[in-house]
Amino acid sequence: MKIFHSIRPQAVRTWYRIHKWSSLICTAFLLIACITGLPLVFMDELIDLTQPHEHPVATPAGASLVSLDQLVRQTETLYPSLHAYAVALDDDEPRVFVTMTATPNPKSAADLHAVVYDAHTGKQLKQPQFGGSFLDAVFRLHRELFLGLSGELLMGAMSLSFVLSLISGALVYGPFMRRLDFGTYRSQAAARVRWFDLHNLLGIVTLSWALVIGLTGVMNALATPLFGLWRAQTMPALLAPYRGQPVPQRFASIDQAMASAAKALPYMETTSVLFPNAVVGSSRHYIVWTRGKTPMTSRLFTPVLVDASTGQVTVAKALPWYLRLLEVCRPLHFGDYGGLPLKILWALFDVAIIMVLGSGLYLWVSRRRTPIEKELDRLVALKEEESQGV
Amino acid sequence: MSHSFPFRRVYGAAIVLAVITLYGLLSALVGDGIWDALSWVAMAVPLVVIAWKFGSGRRKPTQAANRQ
Repeated sequence: MKIFHSIRPQAVRTWYRIHKWSSLICTAFLLIACITGLPLVFMDELIDLTQPHEHPVATPAGASLVSLDQLVRQTETLYPSLHAYAVALDDDEPRVFVTMTATPNPKSAADLHAVVYDAHTGKQLKQPQFGGSFLDAVFRLHRELFLGLSGELLMGAMSLSFVLSLISGALVYGPFMRRLDFGTYRSQAAARVRWFDLHNLLGIVTLSWALVIGLTGVMNALATPLFGLWRAQTMPALLAPYRGQPVPQRFASIDQAMASAAKALPYMETTSVLFPNAVVGSSRHYIVWTRGKTPMTSRLFTPVLVDASTGQVTVAKALPWYLRLLEVCRPLHFGDYGGLPLKILWALFDVAIIMVLGSGLYLWVSRRRTPIEKELDRLVALKEEESQGV
Repeated sequence: MSHSFPFRRVYGAAIVLAVITLYGLLSALVGDGIWDALSWVAMAVPLVVIAWKFGSGRRKPTQAANRQ
């Protein structure tokens, strides 16, 4: 590789310094993220295990679905003080989630109350609430340190620092390893050498997984502001024709809104409806979310805006490229797209990263006894002598 | 010309493992069934390499220690 012909001692020292500082900045946050991430990988399994839900009755394929309007009316009667926020169809089972809220801008699962129905019989199914549970707390710690949007952005910045530390780490790996075999682990050597070997071995082998997790972590942290940006760019033009008109008191049928959306995008399936909401959606529209029908396209969602007074489609346009990219990459952060074996592998990679963080921290704490800069200078000097000798 | 950085020796294995890992990450994303299974096999490779290198380092201490 040409770039490595001209490694200058100064350049190696710069990479090393970047590696040291970007790692020190993010290590504490990364440890929180990795440790909370471990149970979150198995979130679905843990929820099923600790808070089992009632399953819908078996129905023949093609059985007709219950009216969503009726389910919403039923739920509103149950909770007269709350407003309908959204209706969603479950991915795995024929279930309908009717989500109610007291605030138009729910900040977490605790602000939402979901009532679950059998999609064919309309019978209410027992469902433990996620909001306020232990896993919900772990999830919020992982995502935003209980600090809301600023915490989300902080974790995004830490993810970015992690990516920087991975890249610079891979670059200093070369000079450090040039006289060692790949994967050298000197089990009889001093503690510092053992931790150094472990750091290099685990770090280089898990590098691409860690890069993907770091980059998708940055993207997930930007999801809220990016959706906000898209809303700010899209909504004013769509709402302009309604200016001065009173907000409709009666909304069109949800079933009809779903049907209009399905007709507008025949190659997509409808998955959920967000009720008219001036804060997170449009005060004049249902937002019907649709997605592709193949494994690849099922992660690509397209929103359809349906006029809430007429039930007719206002616009059905694919999201901008940055939001589509976000949607496709999202599962790569969670590891929940390839069954339980992938989740187990995900957890093992996660443990490996915790060990990389721990060993890195150890190497830094024990630095005074063997200044690593001196070691680097020695390694670089060795190389210089060699190249001059030939 | 000759004595350049031994790029292939130092980074070769790492690049092969990175390609295998990335394949594993994407395989389960594009399909189900066999694609998931291939993803599990690919994603297990780097973890097996860690276990193997760690284990062989413990078994052959002197040989590895001599190469300081």
